[in-house]
Amino acid sequence: MTLDYDAKMPETQEGTEVYNTDPLVVKSHYDIDYIHSYAQDSEFFRALGKKKLLGSKCKKCGYTYATPRGHCMMCGSETEWHELPQVGKVHTFTTCYFGSEKFLSETPFNLIMVEFEGVDSLFMARLIGADQEDIHIGMKVRARFKRNLQFSPTDVYFVPARE
Amino acid sequence: MKHKGRNVYMISGGVTKFAKATPDMDFRLRVKKAFDYATNDINLELKDIDGSVASYFSDHFQRQLMSGIMVQDYLGLTPKPSKRVEGGGATGGLAFQTGFEEVASGRMDVCAVYGFETMSHVNTWKGNEFIALASDTNFDYPVGGFYTGYYAMMAMRHMHEFGTTVEQLAKVSIKNHGNALHNPYAQSPMKLTVEDVRNSPMVSYPLTRLDVCTMSDGAAVAILASEEKAFELCDKPVLVKSIGTGTDTMRLSDRPFQKVPLLPNEKESDYKNLKYPGVHSFRAGRTAAKEAYEAAGITDPLNEIDLVELHDAYTSSEIQTYEDLGLCKYGEGGSFIEEGKSELNGKVPVNPSGGLLASGHPVGATGIMQAVFMFWQLQHSVKKHFKNDALQVKNAKRGLIHSHAGTGTYVTVSIMEAVK
Repeated sequence: MTLDYDAKMPETQEGTEVYNTDPLVVKSHYDIDYIHSYAQDSEFFRALGKKKLLGSKCKKCGYTYATPRGHCMMCGSETEWHELPQVGKVHTFTTCYFGSEKFLSETPFNLIMVEFEGVDSLFMARLIGADQEDIHIGMKVRARFKRNLQFSPTDVYFVPARE
Repeated sequence: MKHKGRNVYMISGGVTKFAKATPDMDFRLRVKKAFDYATNDINLELKDIDGSVASYFSDHFQRQLMSGIMVQDYLGLTPKPSKRVEGGGATGGLAFQTGFEEVASGRMDVCAVYGFETMSHVNTWKGNEFIALASDTNFDYPVGGFYTGYYAMMAMRHMHEFGTTVEQLAKVSIKNHGNALHNPYAQSPMKLTVEDVRNSPMVSYPLTRLDVCTMSDGAAVAILASEEKAFELCDKPVLVKSIGTGTDTMRLSDRPFQKVPLLPNEKESDYKNLKYPGVHSFRAGRTAAKEAYEAAGITDPLNEIDLVELHDAYTSSEIQTYEDLGLCKYGEGGSFIEEGKSELNGKVPVNPSGGLLASGHPVGATGIMQAVFMFWQLQHSVKKHFKNDALQVKNAKRGLIHSHAGTGTYVTVSIMEAVK
């Protein structure tokens, strides 16, 4: 062990992007990959590969959910998987002309909430094959599935269905 | 409220001017400015304050965790008790109510509630992404990923159920941006027409750029006190008469279709065919109003409340909220604005400050900003703080503040009353 009275930190060629000097504003980068578990919702995403749309149904009170959840919000009991019809109606809709940075390149896109016969809650999805002015509340829509799964809820999407 | 606890008063407040970006100050200095304004107004000293509540929404915006303690530290409030409260857009309202609870419970005699948000460290579309992470990341974020999209779908359903029009939405924008012309703290004062609102860029149909609030940097501070301390420290304290809070499912898709929880001025027959809340109304807002009204003894809100500062992140949500608060019946929100009832000189002025649409929405500061503006209204000190009295509501004796998160997931309603 020796003490170095002239110790020097090594210099690098890395710089910092500066946007402004007064006040001093610099670029600070942040990037991260998450190990995201779908946990009790996993089966929903797997089923999309078999072209099945799974909601859930309460084992105790029978309340049915178009967007699955492990436990019932009405009575607190466990739910079971429940296959949904693949044709439903537009409960409400919008067309997004702007969006979050992640989805900005996909704009404009249509968002719909789908209602299914005999199901108590709704399902949010993208609708393609129709422009904003073509869409109306009550419009019949049909589920389609991507062949190459991304294990995202957008593996299922909706298109207009013939009345 | 099961146990009312001690009476709680607001004794001072301060707000920074909200702006798109204020890089010359960080969040600590911004809160310090609002805090100094509040303490100087009544010559309050640090030793008079027993503890605090910190209000900020997102750790993503600053990429600085534990920002709350950094403010506590900067203000010179360490080692006094403090905690952070967070609940999306309602963070400020929830923090204000937590401050109320600190005093009502007897734990503190004087509690400082400070709120802030610095949204300018990322661009607007990245900011929208951070906000959208406050939607279910399994089912909602990957599909929509955009809060204006979610609100647009609710607006469309409200229009379908009740016949609300885009012109009625535009009138909210005109009113709130117009009120802000007289508010020196406001970010976006503007004189607008229906055409201006409808012709501005479409964000998510039917909501245009001028139907939607902006990203902001800002801070706000409210000082709350017990009755004894309030009258000792302040010439004109304002009573926080009651608080109410409601919640709803994170996912819009899970909202049930049931019956309206009625206020005393409503009858079951008013809503024979209405399935509630669906995606057209905010059950959490109605729940919060019911609790706050019951505790304050309010049975006829339109005639017993003099003014309202509510969470108008979107023009459509202001109209939806008139109904949740019982200022009119469900379905009448569109005509309520159209008939001018919520105008500055209307039956019950709503957002005389300009609201979120025009004052700005630095999330953690917003609910506290509403409390500060309401405090000044009920003190009749708007002229002193705004340097003009154009926005002073003449008969202001009892006011309502309303803070709102998510697609209506947490909503707070607090009732404030002039006592002198």
